[in-house]
Amino acid sequence: MAEFSLPANSKVKEGRVFKAPADAKRVRSFKIYRWSPDDGQNPSIDTYEIDLDACGPMVLDALIKIKNETDTTLTFRRSCREGICGSCAMNIDGTNTLACLKPIEDCKGDVKVYPLPHMPVIKDLVPDLTHVYAQYQSIKPYLQSDSQPPTRERLQSVEERDKLEGLWECILCFCCSTSCPSYWWNGDRYLGPAILLQAYRWIADSRDEKTGERLDDLEDPFKLYRCHTIMNCTKTCPKGLNPAKAIGEIKKLMVQRKFA
Amino acid sequence: MAEKMRSPLGTAYGLGSAREGAKEWWSMRLSSLALIPLTLWFVVSVIGNVGADFETFVAWVGSPIPAILLVIMIAVTFHHAAHGLQVVIEDYIHTEWQKLTLLIAVKFGCVLLAVAGMFAVARIAFGS
Repeated sequence: MAEFSLPANSKVKEGRVFKAPADAKRVRSFKIYRWSPDDGQNPSIDTYEIDLDACGPMVLDALIKIKNETDTTLTFRRSCREGICGSCAMNIDGTNTLACLKPIEDCKGDVKVYPLPHMPVIKDLVPDLTHVYAQYQSIKPYLQSDSQPPTRERLQSVEERDKLEGLWECILCFCCSTSCPSYWWNGDRYLGPAILLQAYRWIADSRDEKTGERLDDLEDPFKLYRCHTIMNCTKTCPKGLNPAKAIGEIKKLMVQRKFA
Repeated sequence: MAEKMRSPLGTAYGLGSAREGAKEWWSMRLSSLALIPLTLWFVVSVIGNVGADFETFVAWVGSPIPAILLVIMIAVTFHHAAHGLQVVIEDYIHTEWQKLTLLIAVKFGCVLLAVAGMFAVARIAFGS
């Protein structure tokens, strides 16, 4: 059965509290999920009070400030701090998003920061992405063609290129896949919205010649059809993309080649 | 331990694609579509017979058009229910023996109920 309560060693406990400096005027509490594989302890929620007058506007600014000034053990991924690398994907204020694109101002009450849901945690806010990366590799995310390679670039009309809009922008942050209940319950076999959007990115590419094989590999009750159009993926995408639509397009092509 | 040492890519490939699912997906859409008018017709007809005595209602069930539509509705309903429940079980039940037991029970149960329903309509329509 799906599990609705946590095992004893996963129960989240109250953690430490780090107070803001006494002279701070605009104080905001950050409640952050902490877990270390090294100390044998349960996960806990540590509270960090931040002086917003001495902090940048985004949640990532606050996390970096905490790591620099308050608690160097706080562990998270970050790189570009401008929404293009996808490293700082996490669950903030109840929604999967990129910490670098999420203004602190937009959060209600205490700012709650958790790792991406239902992924194995390596430490604190760092999820283990091994399986989802392997799933990405499994859909062969590169151009495949049997034609003689051209001497110059492979040409594509403007209209053909337009079909890749809303697909190529995906940064593989996996906010969508980890927001999907189907991916939570059956992520071992279901590819999830991020990978299916990537699969469609190559199906929709006029230069790729393996559309049929790609559809063959996706036609499966679990790999593709675990999508029940819940739409969390589209709602949560920090880049404003529509993975649910991409999955719908794949399902349409499946019907088209069989019945229409 | 063997399973844990399998490469991540091997784990992701798993047993590979079943190369089916489109047919089931399409048949779920078609049966949903068919059930909209069928269910509306059924509800409206039963409400229309409210207050009628037993003989009138049995005569309605046995008359050609209601009998045909009832048989179709029963077949489509249980076809749709069987597949819908199968998907729910696959989604939420992850203990293999429980999943398999429920999948078989649902399939058998739906066939039994469908045949029983259609037999009841036929018996009324053609007399016992």
